[in-house]
Amino acid sequence: MARITAGVSTSHVPAIGASIDLGKTTEDYWQPLFAGYEYSKKWIQQNLPDVVVLVYNDHGTAFDMNMIPIFAIGCAAEFQPADEGWGPRPVPIVKGHQAMAAHIADNLIQDDFDITIVRKMDVDHGLTVPLSLMFGQPTQWPCLVIPLAVNVVLYPVPSGNRCYQLGKALRCAIESFDADLNVQVWGTGGMSHQLQGERVGLINQAFDRQFLDDLIADPETVAQIPLLRYINEAGSEGIEMVMWLVMRGALDDKVEVKHRFYHVPASNTAVGHLILENPGAL
Amino acid sequence: MNHAKRKPYHKIPGTRVFDSEMANKGYHLNQFAMSLLKPENREKFKADEAAYISEWPMSAEQKQAVCDRDYNKMLSLGGNIYFISKIFTTDGLSFQHAAAMMCGMTPDDYKKMMVNGGRSPEGNILSAAELYGDVT
Repeated sequence: MARITAGVSTSHVPAIGASIDLGKTTEDYWQPLFAGYEYSKKWIQQNLPDVVVLVYNDHGTAFDMNMIPIFAIGCAAEFQPADEGWGPRPVPIVKGHQAMAAHIADNLIQDDFDITIVRKMDVDHGLTVPLSLMFGQPTQWPCLVIPLAVNVVLYPVPSGNRCYQLGKALRCAIESFDADLNVQVWGTGGMSHQLQGERVGLINQAFDRQFLDDLIADPETVAQIPLLRYINEAGSEGIEMVMWLVMRGALDDKVEVKHRFYHVPASNTAVGHLILENPGAL
Repeated sequence: MNHAKRKPYHKIPGTRVFDSEMANKGYHLNQFAMSLLKPENREKFKADEAAYISEWPMSAEQKQAVCDRDYNKMLSLGGNIYFISKIFTTDGLSFQHAAAMMCGMTPDDYKKMMVNGGRSPEGNILSAAELYGDVT
C-alpha cells in the first residue's frame, strides 16, 4: 500500500521563482532565503518521494471568474507551467499520477469531500515555486505530482478545520491505494502577507511563529483559527495558510520536525517552511 | 444562522475582502484583466488601450480606474488583486512597485519597509472586540 512518509510546507512567492530562473539566488537580498532551503534540498534527495500531492492555489491563471472550484484535483497525465503574463517559467513539465489521482478523487467524494476533477490545467507559481525550492533546477522533476488546488482567492475560503479534515481524508485515500509508493503531502502559500489596499505589506511575525509552533504540536487548535482572524492578523493573502492544514491533517498527530525556517521578506511576504516526518511510516 | 448579513471584515483597515458580492460587481473588470494573460491581447492593449478597454462591458468608473491605474479604486469596484495584477505586469511593473502605489509610498521606501520587517501589525489590526463587537 502507498504510505505518507512526510509533509513539507513552504511559501510560494512568485519573486522566489523569478530569482531562481534569473540566477539571482546568491544576491544579498536573496541569499538568506535560499540558505534556509539548503538542508531541504539535501533532505529531499535522501528521501525522494514517488509522488507528491501538492496543495496549492491558483492565482487567476487556470481558473478565471467563470468557474471557481473550492477544492480541485488534477487528474491529467501532465500539466504545463503557465504563462502568468511574462511567459511560462523555464521549468520542466509537471507529470501527474493519473491512477492515484483518480483513486484519491473517488475516495474523497465517498468521504463527503466533493472535489472537482480537472483534466486540463496549467499550473502557476503556486505549484512550481515549491518544486524549484526543493529540487532546484533539474531537467525533469524527480517525482510525479498530483496538484490539489484550494480556493483561497474568493472569500469565504474553506475553513482551517475543513482543510485539516480534508488532509485526514486524503491520508485514508492514499493509504488505500494498492501500490508500494512513498508519498509526501506538501502544503504551500503564506505566511503573513497582504498584497492589496492601503495596508499592503502587512507582516505579523508573532502570528506566524505561533502558527508554526502550534501547527507542529497542536494542529487541532490551529484548525480552529477563524478565517477572519487570518485576514485581520496575517493579512488578506495570509489566509493561504489554511492550505498548510491539509498537509498537517495527512500526518500523524505526533510528527518529527526535520527542519524549520522563517524569513522576512520575500518581496511582500513572510516566508515559512517546515519538513515534518511521520515517524511510523519510514 | 445569519452568515450572509454579517461582514465584519469590512471594518479591517486598508483592506477589501474579495467576496461573492465583489465578484459580481467586478466580473467584467476581472475578465478583462485576465485576458491580458495572452501575449496577443497584451500587444493589442499596449497598442491602443482605449480601444481594447471599450470591448469590455465594464462600468465607466471601472474603465476610468484602469486608465488611471488606480489599483485601490479597482479593488473597491470589485477587482481581485490576482486578476488586476495582470495589468501592472503588462505595464512591466513588479508586485512591489504596485504595492507601493497602493499605499502611497515610493518604491524605494516600500522596499525598505519590507526589508525592515514589513508593515507592523501595531495600529493596523483590530482587536477581537472591534472585529466582532458592535464597534464601528
